[in-house]
Amino acid sequence: MAEIVSLAEAVRLAIRDGDTIAMEGFTHLIPFAAGHEVIRQGRRDLTLVRMTPDLIYDQLIGAGCAKKLIFSWGGNPGVGSLHRFRDAVEHGWPRPLEIEEHSHAGMANRYVAGASGLPFAVLRGYAGTGLVEQTDTIKPVTCPFTGETLMAVKALNPNAAIIHAQQADRDGNVQLWGIAGVQKEAILSSERSVVTVEEIVDSLEPRPGAVVLPSWAVSYVAHVPNGAHPSYAMGYTERDNDYYVAWDKIARDREAFTRWLEGHVLNAAGAKAPGAIA
Amino acid sequence: MSDTAPTYTADEMMTVAAARALTDGMTCFVGIGLPSAASNLARATHAPNLVLIYESGTIGAKPDRLPLSIGDGILAETADAVIAVPEIFNYWLQAGRIDVGFLGAAQIDKYGNINTTIVGGDYAHPKTRLPGAGGAPEIAASCKQVIVIVRQNPRAFVEKVDFITSVGYGSCPGDRERLGLRGAGPQKIITDLGILTPDPVSCEFTVTSIFPGVAQETIRERTGWDVVIAQEPKLVAPPTAAELAALRRYKGK
Repeated sequence: MAEIVSLAEAVRLAIRDGDTIAMEGFTHLIPFAAGHEVIRQGRRDLTLVRMTPDLIYDQLIGAGCAKKLIFSWGGNPGVGSLHRFRDAVEHGWPRPLEIEEHSHAGMANRYVAGASGLPFAVLRGYAGTGLVEQTDTIKPVTCPFTGETLMAVKALNPNAAIIHAQQADRDGNVQLWGIAGVQKEAILSSERSVVTVEEIVDSLEPRPGAVVLPSWAVSYVAHVPNGAHPSYAMGYTERDNDYYVAWDKIARDREAFTRWLEGHVLNAAGAKAPGAIA
Repeated sequence: MSDTAPTYTADEMMTVAAARALTDGMTCFVGIGLPSAASNLARATHAPNLVLIYESGTIGAKPDRLPLSIGDGILAETADAVIAVPEIFNYWLQAGRIDVGFLGAAQIDKYGNINTTIVGGDYAHPKTRLPGAGGAPEIAASCKQVIVIVRQNPRAFVEKVDFITSVGYGSCPGDRERLGLRGAGPQKIITDLGILTPDPVSCEFTVTSIFPGVAQETIRERTGWDVVIAQEPKLVAPPTAAELAALRRYKGK
């Protein structure tokens, strides 16, 4: 059964130095507040896994939490570069960042394999791309039935997954809806998990198309309203597109980023929802 | 140009030309940025039944303003179906259900191979680290056809890309078949100067349509390979007042 705890407690219990961590949410429901708590608790040497590193990993990378990034698209959606990610890859600041790079289809299938208890997944992908020779978790495989050459990708099984959802009930059953990304797969492929939620309700009302995670499949639930900001939780909050645009200027400059980190994450009270960017 | 003809920018001409390349009723896998603007313009003008599919798992999205990201709320709220990400790639894209993939590029070469990974240096020590692959490699492989939209300059239009993120025609005719890529590959590269299409024999992209007022010399200057321009390239009609109004209505929101 999931334990309902504070965000600080959930992160303290679930995330350890050196862990492989997946914080998922495909544009929607990105667990920013939990990411900031990981920074505040000073976790180090993390291998960060995410299809789209987005601002959340730009912030963790810039804060020096990561030694490695496993990803498939590292940009600021509709805006441009993730400058902290680029600074780490291009100049090793604040520390060198090892990368393991895939496509979205490959990453999604790696989570599916991990959630399914399989060592790899198979797909039509990567053929002819430069990724095959750079990434050792991509290998050609021959179909035993047709003889066709396909691509195998290694399963992902993180130590912990963190996601944000709209609701949990008092027993820790979780429900999320809207763009559901790979969150179910991330939770089911990981040893431990944290779910932050907008609201804790007496009972979950079934919704068509929603993803329901039973309490016994989740480790910790924390009540964190607006915990996806500047991403969003459909039905509760809107995506803060202005924040994504404003981030570009902050992240371009090491000093501006460091000031932002100190003012908005390190010195912000753990219980406080992440506020406006400026 | 007469007093009544609407004035427009090169980017607007490019977006309008890209919208015209889509036919009504097609299923279209849409990248963010220019592809999203063009496909929404098509839906607002001549192709009201165009099915827009975004990699966030939104099928049949009908946004009334341009989304900033591929996962904006407006896409999920207006979609016919919202499905998980493994499903969009496996059941819908990989299985060959999508007519056209609409991609951007940082670099593209004469065989239509796309680079969105690194520029300069080597993979471990790139001069410029780009965002990477996203959904593009499998969109380029599995959609029945691909359209690329990218502004034309010698840094983007190169003889050979620094890294193949998404395969066009590889290094020669026949490569797609050898690699097992099921879609037909890129059929058009639409730029701010005109439209390139692949030579049916060599697979090399050549300029077959030119936008109004663009000199052939400009096209040569802004292409990093010795580009072939068709003997009698088609002259593309300028944007109509209706196309411009629809595009600006989207952009203005």
